[in-house]
Amino acid sequence: MPEKVSQRRPLRVVSGVVVILISLLAAWELYKIVGEQTTLLNFCKGKFCARSDDRSMPHVWKIFQTLLEPPRRGGEESLLSLLLAAAWFTWREALAGFLVGTLGGFFLAVAFSRSALLERGLMPFVVGSQTVPLLAIAPMVVIWSGQAGLPTIIPVAAIAAYLTFFPVTINTLRGLRSPEANAAELMKSFAASPRQTLWKLQVPAALPYLFTALRIAAAASVVGAIVAELPTGIQDGLGRILLTFNQYFITGPERLFASVVGSALLGIVFVSLVAILEKVVLPPKRRVVV
Amino acid sequence: MAGSAVSVQGVSKTFGSGADGVQALSAIDLVVDAGEFVSLLGPSGCGKSTLLRIVGDLLAPTSGSVTVNGKSPAQARLDRDYGMVFQAPTLLEWRKVARNVQLPLEVMGMDRAEQERRGREMLELVELQQFADHYPWQLSGGMQQRVAIARALAFRPGLLLMDEPFGALDEMTRERMQMELMQIWRQTGTTVVFVTHSIPEAVFLSTRVVVMSPRPGRIAGVVEVDLAQPRVFETREASQYFAKLNVVRELLRGSEAVP
Repeated sequence: MPEKVSQRRPLRVVSGVVVILISLLAAWELYKIVGEQTTLLNFCKGKFCARSDDRSMPHVWKIFQTLLEPPRRGGEESLLSLLLAAAWFTWREALAGFLVGTLGGFFLAVAFSRSALLERGLMPFVVGSQTVPLLAIAPMVVIWSGQAGLPTIIPVAAIAAYLTFFPVTINTLRGLRSPEANAAELMKSFAASPRQTLWKLQVPAALPYLFTALRIAAAASVVGAIVAELPTGIQDGLGRILLTFNQYFITGPERLFASVVGSALLGIVFVSLVAILEKVVLPPKRRVVV
Repeated sequence: MAGSAVSVQGVSKTFGSGADGVQALSAIDLVVDAGEFVSLLGPSGCGKSTLLRIVGDLLAPTSGSVTVNGKSPAQARLDRDYGMVFQAPTLLEWRKVARNVQLPLEVMGMDRAEQERRGREMLELVELQQFADHYPWQLSGGMQQRVAIARALAFRPGLLLMDEPFGALDEMTRERMQMELMQIWRQTGTTVVFVTHSIPEAVFLSTRVVVMSPRPGRIAGVVEVDLAQPRVFETREASQYFAKLNVVRELLRGSEAVP
């Protein structure tokens, strides 16, 4: 009865997530209790065990509570609505970069699949581009685009795209090469042109690989956008919020923790959107039918 | 040569070169007349699949010449003169059965309505019309292979090249598929070149069995199979059938004795 199982699945996934979340929060609080009420952790505290005081590890409920309060005294807006607005802003930058990076990564993979020479020549640079720390590149990109008089969204999206294209290229290339030799022979026997073989055989075969890459890329594009916001001086995104609460960590650590959780949630939502798109686009593949 | 569907003259094929080169085929001469059902039979390594691929222009011979319908294999391929079936059904898993059968017609640029009409016709030929809207994975191995045959016949080619098409099927399914192939062959009048390593399969299906031997691949002998047409269930029980099996088997054994 496959239908019944698939209907129950979302519920089981949600309850699984809830159970794990509660366990993690409980473990957090338990560690605090053990650290503060007992001497068990004294031997390692501050060395390789995290400190358990309220500044290093605020109570879970403090973090939630701070979401509902305005972050600045006398402010109107709660931290939650501030975070939501910033996440929406950052997501649009990340999405722009994600789309550009996906398109660029895809066509780079197609070019590589056509020409082994091109692949051998360019692949070291592609790999190298990902090895250079983002923190080193982001300011350069920002300065260059500033000199060119481009709006600040451009360097941010460019850096998000920079993190996106790599997994897309690597996975798509693998997918384009995934059809068995017989399938290629079959297309040849139909007198198919290289373009027809690409679009009717290789690209559809690469789609599952592409979607795997897109999940990685969705998360990476959010990181790229947040990091790029810092040297750009963009005020409306998550980058600014994270930086600010980092500076005020001593007086309000829970606000930084809340912002970190917010950034993580943005990544989770983005990756989930990609997963939903995958369900819509890909036909039902081989499933175990009992 | 008006009647010859396939003509192979002095064909040799070497993979690699120099000391590492492996000679897969040596001096092959073979003529297949239109309407024939010819099996290439031999142990693995005898070059039978290589020969089939050379006929289909999927490989180029090292020397010798090949014509298909009087043309070069490349021209025949571009003219869509033949259909190809492999041991694996090689269906595109993201396409439903009907769209798999229509794939060659789509590549050809035939209009959609005509594609669908022809696709239906081909599925009727292999008696799978009720599975048009299924995905390949929802079909058994035998049914998948019937879809592959329907797809190969979609161009209505005069020649069908089959590379161990029933090799992955269980014995019962295999015999049923053989009967169906015989029916399709009679119904369409298509010339068939059929690669197999099964002696009973070759004898049951063919009008001629080309026995090949390995290292290097060459033709050890050709056996005319003049069993009555149509081949039916009882064909496998006739004494002439067993006699032919023995002739082929002796030929295979004799060819192996050669150092």
